Amino acid sequence: MLNFMTKRLFVAALVAFTVSVIAFSLLRLSGDLATMIAGEDASAQDIEIIREQYGLNKPYHLQYLDWLGDGVQGDLGESMFYPEEVTALIKDRLPNTLTLAGLGVLFAMGLAIPMGVIAALRPDSWVDRTALTIAVLGQALPGFWFALMLMFVFGLFLRWLPISGNETLAHFILPAISLGYYSTPAVMRLTRTGMLEVLNSDYIRTAHAKGLPTFVILFKHALRNAIIPVVALSSVQFGNMLGGSVVTETVFQIQGIGHLAWESISRNDFPVVQAVLLLVACFYIVLVLLGDLLNAWLDPRLRVT
Amino acid sequence: MSALLEVKNLSVDIPLAAGMLHPVQKVNFHVDKGETLCIVGESGCGKSLTSLALMNLLPKKAIRAGDGILFDGDDLLKASHREMASLRGNRMGMIFQEPMTSLNPSFTIGNQMEEIMLQHRKVSRQEARDRAVYLLEKVGITGAHRRLGQYPHQLSGGLRQRVMIAMTLMCGPDLIIADEPTTALDVTIQAQILLLLAELQREFDMALILITHDLGIVARVADRVAVMYAGQVVEQGTVEQVFEQPLHPYTRGLLTCIPIPGKTKRGTHLGSIPGMVPSMIGGIQGCHFRDRCPHAFSDCLSNSVELRSIDEQRAYRCLLSPEESARQAAAMEAAQ
Repeated sequence: MLNFMTKRLFVAALVAFTVSVIAFSLLRLSGDLATMIAGEDASAQDIEIIREQYGLNKPYHLQYLDWLGDGVQGDLGESMFYPEEVTALIKDRLPNTLTLAGLGVLFAMGLAIPMGVIAALRPDSWVDRTALTIAVLGQALPGFWFALMLMFVFGLFLRWLPISGNETLAHFILPAISLGYYSTPAVMRLTRTGMLEVLNSDYIRTAHAKGLPTFVILFKHALRNAIIPVVALSSVQFGNMLGGSVVTETVFQIQGIGHLAWESISRNDFPVVQAVLLLVACFYIVLVLLGDLLNAWLDPRLRVT
Repeated sequence: MSALLEVKNLSVDIPLAAGMLHPVQKVNFHVDKGETLCIVGESGCGKSLTSLALMNLLPKKAIRAGDGILFDGDDLLKASHREMASLRGNRMGMIFQEPMTSLNPSFTIGNQMEEIMLQHRKVSRQEARDRAVYLLEKVGITGAHRRLGQYPHQLSGGLRQRVMIAMTLMCGPDLIIADEPTTALDVTIQAQILLLLAELQREFDMALILITHDLGIVARVADRVAVMYAGQVVEQGTVEQVFEQPLHPYTRGLLTCIPIPGKTKRGTHLGSIPGMVPSMIGGIQGCHFRDRCPHAFSDCLSNSVELRSIDEQRAYRCLLSPEESARQAAAMEAAQ
């Protein structure tokens, strides 16, 4: 188990390094940063001053090392728009995104896993078809449109929930549903397939032959094995929600990092974009790592490799 | 001796796109307390489905019918799901063909063994654990304590099948059904496992239904034998009767195919049965074996061939009298 963890941690560190290089390079590839910062009317002299000030005149590898060195110490530079450090800005916005994505994942799992199990128990029945319909809708509806419909029905028509802002937990309910619904189909289909396969396996027949009650067979013997691929998928979906909540955060006016990234890209606020990119990637890596470890705990066969 | 299990006209039908499949057709047999019945026959003759039907573990699509499966007086055909579950693993256990996949990969051997006893008996986990250790030692597994914490993938096929056997014994069942328990194992281990099973059957005084096509083992462990062909029992009798004096041409064919220690003479050619098992979709008219039978004549096609009982133990399904078919067989052998 220790060996397994060391290996996974090493791989995660490698990925993080690669991502940091890409985050750094992508922005430099998008054009001359000094020119963009200076604006359209700037003189050549102004641009040169800016280049000097931000260290953009140094060779790329030195720029990268400076950025990384500061970043490791918690200094990701200053925003060009807000009078704040990038770190402070992120610290301010991150909790909102985490709450949103966390609730989104809870909603997705809470809906998809039971639906997948029930669909697998009665394949091709009306329950299965209903679940499939819900799933296909989730995949097919454009996220922003579904968000607007939620706002319209639950916010404006029924007046049950707030539709904009992030002051209370209630503000997060509609955005979380809108964000989580998109992940539901994949998780549901995978749970269904996994359960169907496991329920036809020899060890489930053995469990029946042992005279175990149905719920023990379903929830101990079957689900434990069927859930393994779902865990891996869910960790990736969670990562997607952290990074991909731009639309949801914008539609619902939640001050999270997705919203921040979108603002910063449109303002050429490159220290912020870089930092958000790196942060989301790191979250992604940590989530995948956690998913792997959780799987190893669930499936003893994975621990040896 | 009273019958522990009595199977009356058991049939299994499976609806397929091509038509109704009749893999098991009005099968009759019984097993007494503490005896070993071997069911033999080639692949696809319905012996596995028969055993699954007894446990009510058939695939969902399959339809089970019959006049009764009496287990200690209770009709299992009429038993509710709950009644069946309380018998399974408790008073009747089953060992499957595939030891590699029959244990749950996510739980330890100990967990899977203890759970069966915790389900059916009022015992503490410690008592269940002690019983598991005792039985693992009984089935010849060394370091039983350590094994309890291991997962199935850490064990070889032979060991897993021993674990399956030990697990089946946890509640001290009256009947064990073993469906070709060694088919998936190395040849070197097959006989060991079968003999172990026979030994445990005697020691714990259980009835055993052993489904196999290893006639060498049948000769060593069986009390009685039922031979199945194309969904029907074609011959039944004590092991001595069936091996000394097979009444059905199919049984005779089977016996010439397989060398049996002490029975087959050195230097003689082993036989084979030409042809293939008929398709069991839709009804088959007449004798199921007639296309492959050296003695077949016109009546075999038209008449339906019933199982004829000679006495309580002995029955066969053939139009020819035993004397007539034995005479013909001897004549054919002489002609070769």
